[in-house]
Order: sequence, then structure tokens, then C-alpha cells
Amino acid sequence: MAATQAPSMQSPASVGTQSHTSAALRIIRYTLTRLIALFLTTVVGVYLTILIANMGGHVDEIRRATIREGLAIAIGMSPEYAQLTPAQRRQLVEELAQIEFKRLGLDQPFIVRSFRYLGNALVLNLGRAEQLTSDSGSSLVRNIILERLVPTLLLTATSFFFLFFVSVFAALGLSRRYGSFLDRLSVALAPLSAAPSWFYGIFLILIFAAVLRWLPFGGMVDAPPPPSRWAYFLSVLKHLVLPVGAVVLSSIFIGIYSWRTFFLIYSSEDYVDMARAKGLPARAIERRYILRPSLPYIITSFALSLITLWGGSIILEQVFNWPGLGRLLYQAIQLYDTPIIVGDTIIYAYLLAITVFVLDFVYALVDPRVKVGDSGGRSA
Amino acid sequence: MTWLRSNIKLLTGYPSAVIGLVIIFLLVALAIYAVVTMPLQEAITLWRAGEGIWQDTPRNAAPAWLNLFRREKLPVTQVFDSTQLPEAKTRQDLGGGLTEIRIVFPFEFNYDGFPQEINIFTTATFRQSRPNLNMTWITPDGREIPLGNATLRATESFRLSQDTRLTRRLGGRSAEIGLFADPNLSTPRVLKGTYQLVLEGLVFEEGADIDAKLVVYGQLHGLAGTDHLRRDLMVSLLWGTPIALAMGFVAAVGATVSTMVIAAIGTWYGGWIDGLIRRITEVNLILPILPILIMIGTLYSRSLAVIMGLFVLLSIFSGGILTYRALFLQIKEAPYIEGARSYSASNMRIVFRYMVPRVLPVLIPQFVTLIPSFVFLEANLAVLGLGDPLLPTWGKVLWEAEANGALFNGHYYWVLAPSVMLLITGLGFSMLGFTLDRIFNPRLRGL
Repeated sequence: MAATQAPSMQSPASVGTQSHTSAALRIIRYTLTRLIALFLTTVVGVYLTILIANMGGHVDEIRRATIREGLAIAIGMSPEYAQLTPAQRRQLVEELAQIEFKRLGLDQPFIVRSFRYLGNALVLNLGRAEQLTSDSGSSLVRNIILERLVPTLLLTATSFFFLFFVSVFAALGLSRRYGSFLDRLSVALAPLSAAPSWFYGIFLILIFAAVLRWLPFGGMVDAPPPPSRWAYFLSVLKHLVLPVGAVVLSSIFIGIYSWRTFFLIYSSEDYVDMARAKGLPARAIERRYILRPSLPYIITSFALSLITLWGGSIILEQVFNWPGLGRLLYQAIQLYDTPIIVGDTIIYAYLLAITVFVLDFVYALVDPRVKVGDSGGRSA
Repeated sequence: MTWLRSNIKLLTGYPSAVIGLVIIFLLVALAIYAVVTMPLQEAITLWRAGEGIWQDTPRNAAPAWLNLFRREKLPVTQVFDSTQLPEAKTRQDLGGGLTEIRIVFPFEFNYDGFPQEINIFTTATFRQSRPNLNMTWITPDGREIPLGNATLRATESFRLSQDTRLTRRLGGRSAEIGLFADPNLSTPRVLKGTYQLVLEGLVFEEGADIDAKLVVYGQLHGLAGTDHLRRDLMVSLLWGTPIALAMGFVAAVGATVSTMVIAAIGTWYGGWIDGLIRRITEVNLILPILPILIMIGTLYSRSLAVIMGLFVLLSIFSGGILTYRALFLQIKEAPYIEGARSYSASNMRIVFRYMVPRVLPVLIPQFVTLIPSFVFLEANLAVLGLGDPLLPTWGKVLWEAEANGALFNGHYYWVLAPSVMLLITGLGFSMLGFTLDRIFNPRLRGL
């Protein structure tokens, strides 16, 4: 399971008033270093994505052949060109193909284009889709992706916050009632998290949509969408229940279990016993002596679970017909729409990078080792 | 040995570990049964061939054991083949090279539901003149319904349910209902009793022959039911087991062992090697794994081996490497490593003989808990339509069920069977893994 490395406890007395500014400086320096490092890793990741998506240049061969074939058929069918000799016809196809290649940027060698793609990708200038369009009719990849980003964020954020707070507070409660029936139940249920969210999604659809007919099978709003804003909101909420339920069902037991275990380990430390002996109230012990030192760990696992969630939502969106980035990726793959595949993967990479960065920053704020300048200690 | 025995003894003290072990044992037994009774090539042919192989099974039929829980019994498929039933066929020489061949299939039909379809398949052997066949249906109350008359080619199939002329003759009811319904009731109900199909053939040559097969398709089939292509789902459920187990096991071993070895080497040598490993891990954390696997599946290869190999490769440099690094950093400073160094043990010897064995207790539970995630990975890819094109796997059955609206159309068995198999596999391994974690991880012992 996840790392349970005990953060080395620095005595807080060493952080005086005079070292406040230097602590802030260290946090800023640490954050900036991480930002630059993350930017570089993102560049590498995005370039790898572009290389893979273009099959190292082979996709272009396929696309060139497809364009030529399409043109040849169009010219062959057209009565205007019926008098042309085969040689003339071939020449015409070639001329038109060259124009089309130029339009799609296929006339340059792949390696040049790959770096142009990279530059464009990094500033989110993602080009035009070849087949798909956004619901508003735009074929700019950026517009298509922005349109799909909102549903994905809605789904992921809702399920994530629900999951996170419920599991942390349930775990805290259980660690207080160690050995009770609920506690043992949570240990017994933990293996249920072996299945991914879409798997529970299928079961939820079966029960609540197919058999009971209480909730919709999929989609984000009713068709046609309700006219008033309030009804629209309610309709989205109704469609959100099953996918969010699936995510929660698939991760909540393992979340509660691992946090419960973690809090138990921390609450058996000597300084917690000491605090108990002093007669501090249970809430104060939890806040100051259990939650506070385990905060870096909680944040790390927060980050890791969010990262898993980004990936897991792709199939969940597919199963629930949720009009998000994951479904877009799937549709684009069906149509070999490379700009969208690349754009979508890049957006995922950015989402992951942003997640890691924000959590790094929060980490710097709460981890005493960063504040007092023990730079070598951080490893997760 | 005593270490192993005492740990096994410890394990039997946890009910979840026992349940997990039993599940794993049963799955392994099922996998062995599948491999022994049905060679892979046969399974693939069965799974991928068209209607020629699945001619005698109904479409989208639920499992037959559902009848145990129903008051109104639904029919299962009945097949009558004159090559298998010699007593059904009688020959009478009419002289002048003319022979009458009479095939009678009497059968009981005591179900409360109508069949799904009725087909008659005939094969005829002749040299020049094509035989003639007259088909009659005799109901339990003695009505004789003519089904038609045909001059036969070498093979012929009569799909009675799609015969519109027959439907008109049966008063607008298609054959599977009209032939079995009680004629006195306005809402169709099955008339139970003995039905007969009488086929009277005339062959015009010496040595010419007719054989026929009657298939009354049921609404239920076998232990697992059938899918939209009439395939018996049992094939995929059986063969899915060894595939899932092998994949989960191999991939989990590959991923955990190589992650650990790489982490050990990185921490031992330190310097640029360690730096490189950490940089790769950081890039890998940003790479969205599933989209990349999807791209590979679409653009390069859908073979399970390629995708799994890639996934193992990508998951080697994941968060796990950081966990192991933290462990190895502590171990590296341990006195016994100092001791090994002082007798000038080689670097590789220290890594493999002193450092790696030390973290094995952490590795085993991790490895067991990882297996389900690889089993589900196959299903993940299959649900996105990127399953292996050849193998019958649980994930592919699920995907086909999804794609054909199984839930929407109420074919629940089609979704439930593979999902239950997946869930049981996942539960078995993760129950064992969780318990192992509690036993081997000293910080968790007793919690």
C-alpha cells in the first residue's frame, strides 16, 4: 500500500520570528524549483505523447494515402473529368492532394512537425480537428476540449470531494471506535475496492436504471434539455448520482480502511499518549497530535487518488455516456482524429501536472521539513 | 520451512484469508479444467466462427437453470437429427429408381413458453435429379399443418419463423407461436403434448438420400446462456479464467519485482542513476497511462501481450518506486550492509542478496493486491473496445453486452456472469493480499 514514512518531527521551537521571512523564501524557492521541474517533465511527457500519437510518423502515411484515395474516387465519379486521360487524371489527383497536404501541414518532414506540434501543444494552440466538431459547430480542438472539460471537471470534482471528506472523517471516527462492529466491517469491506468504478457503474445501471427505472441510464441532462436553469440543474444532478455513486463505491472502502489504519498507527505514538496523560480533550488530540503530523501523508494520498481518478473517469464516462474528455478521446480514436487525441492526452497531462503542482505547494506549506530547510528529506 | 509453516498457520487464523485462498484455489481449478477440456485453438474457433458452429443454439438466451426459479417453465433447445436418430428414418422402395424417404420427429413440448425460432436443415445427396420434400406439422390435438414443399439442393435451411406465407396460413402468427399455440384461445398459449414433424421425401436415383435436422430453439440455454451471435457464453467464461489469472499473475510479478529491483539499484548506486530513475518516475506520473494505452491499442496493436507489456513497463516507474526507495534508503544504512561491504561483496551481490530479500515481506502482499488491478485492466481495455481480437475474455463479453444494449434490453445474465467472475477474482486476491499485509507489515499487526 502507500508509503507510510513517518515525517521526522522537528521541534517547532527552532522556527523563531526572525526565521519567518526565510521560511517564506524557502517555500517560494521550493515551489519555483518544483514548478520548473514539473514544466520540464510536462514538456517531455507531451512530446512522448505526440510521438506515440503519430506512430513515429506512420499515421501521416495512412492519412496521405486516405486523401489520395478519396480524391481519386471523387474525380473518377465526377462527369466533369470524364474526358481526361488516366495520366491527366493522376496528375490532377496529385495536384489536389498536394494542396490538401499543405492545408493539413503534411508537406513537412515529421520531425519538424513534431516540434511544431510540441510548441503549439504547450501554448494550447491545438489546431483543428479533422472530423469531429464541438456541439457549437467549431472544429478548433481547443473549443471542442473546453466544451468537454466542464463535464469531466464536474464529475471528477464532485466525486473526489465527496469521497475524500467522507472517508477521512469516517476513518477518524472508526479509529476512535477501534474494534467495534463498524470498524471490523470496514476492514472486511476493503477488498471490494479491487474493482474499478465503471464496474460498479454497470451494477448501478442494472439496479437503478434497468430494473427500478429510478435514474437515467446515462448522459448528462435530459433530452431535450429543460428550459429553466433550475430544472437544468436538477436534471444534471439526477444524471450525476449514478456515476458519482460508482466512483464512491469503488474507492470508499479502501480509503476508509487505509486512513483508519494510518490514524491508528499515529494515535499509538508516545506523544499522543503523553497528550492523553496531560488530560487534553479528545478533539484537541485528534487535531493537534494526529491530524497535524499526518497531514503530509494525507496530501500525498489525496494527490495520488486524484491522479487515479483522472484516469479512471475515461471508462466511467464511456459507460455512462458522460460527454466529457474521456468519451471525446474514445470518439476521436474511433475516427483516427490525431489532433484531438493529442490535444486530449495533453489536457490530461496538464491536469495531472496541475494536480501534482498544487499539492506540492500545499505540501510545502504544511511540511515542517521544507520550512526549516531540510531540503533532502522529501521523497514522495 | 518453519517460517513458512508458522505463517500459514497465522494465515488460517484470518477468515478473509481463508476465503481468499479458497476462491483462488477454485479459480485455478476452473482454469485447469478449461485448458484441459478445451484446447486454446478450439476455444478460439468456437468463439470466432459464425453461425455454422452455433447453428443449434438460440440467440440471446438466458441460462437454463433459471427454470428452477420460474413457475412458468421456458423451453430449452431441442435438436433432432436423422443422422443421429436412425430409427426416425424409414425408406420404402417404390420401384423404377423411386424411393420414398420418411423422416418423423415426434417430441414432447411441455413448456409454458413458446420457442424462440424453428429451423429445419436438410442435406441431400444425389447426382442429377433433385429430390423432393414435403413437410407436415402434426399437433397434439391431431391437426395437420402443411409447412411446404420443396425441391432440395445439397443443403437447404427452412427458417419457418421467417416464412411469411406460413405466417399468413397460421392466421398472422409466426411459426414459433402459431405451430405451438392452442387454436381455441385468442391470446396465444402453448398446447402441451407430443408434436410431430413429418418429412416425406422422394428421391429419384439409386443411392440418393435425404437427411434432416429439426431445431426447436429454446429461450434458455446451457449454464451461462448465449449472446447475440448465438455463442455459448460458457466458452468465454471458462476460457476467461486462465487468461485472467495468467495475465494478472505474470503482470503483477513483472511489475512488482522489476519496480523493486530498479528502486534497489537506484538507491544503492545513487548519483545519476538514482536521479535518472526519479526523473523518469516524474515524467511517468504526468503521462496519462490509459489514454496512451488506448492510443497504442488503436494505432499499433491490440494483442493482449503488447498492451500488458506496455502497461507493466509504464507501471514500473510509478508511485511504488518511491515507496521502495524510502525503504531501501533506510536499509542501505543498516549495519549488516556495512558488514557486507567490509568483506568486499560486489555491488550486485549487495543489491540482490542483502537489500532485496529484506523488503520481500512488503512485496508479497503488494503483489497479491496488485493482481486484481491487472485482471481488471484487460476488462478496462475491452470495455473501450480494445480487447484482444482473438481471445474470449470476460472483459470482451462485458463490452459486447454493453455495445448491444444488454442492460437496456433486459439480458441481465449476459452482464452479470462475466462481472461476477471478475468480482470474485478481484475479491479473492485482494482479501488474501489485505490479510498478508496485516501479517507481514509489523506496523499493521494486530490492527
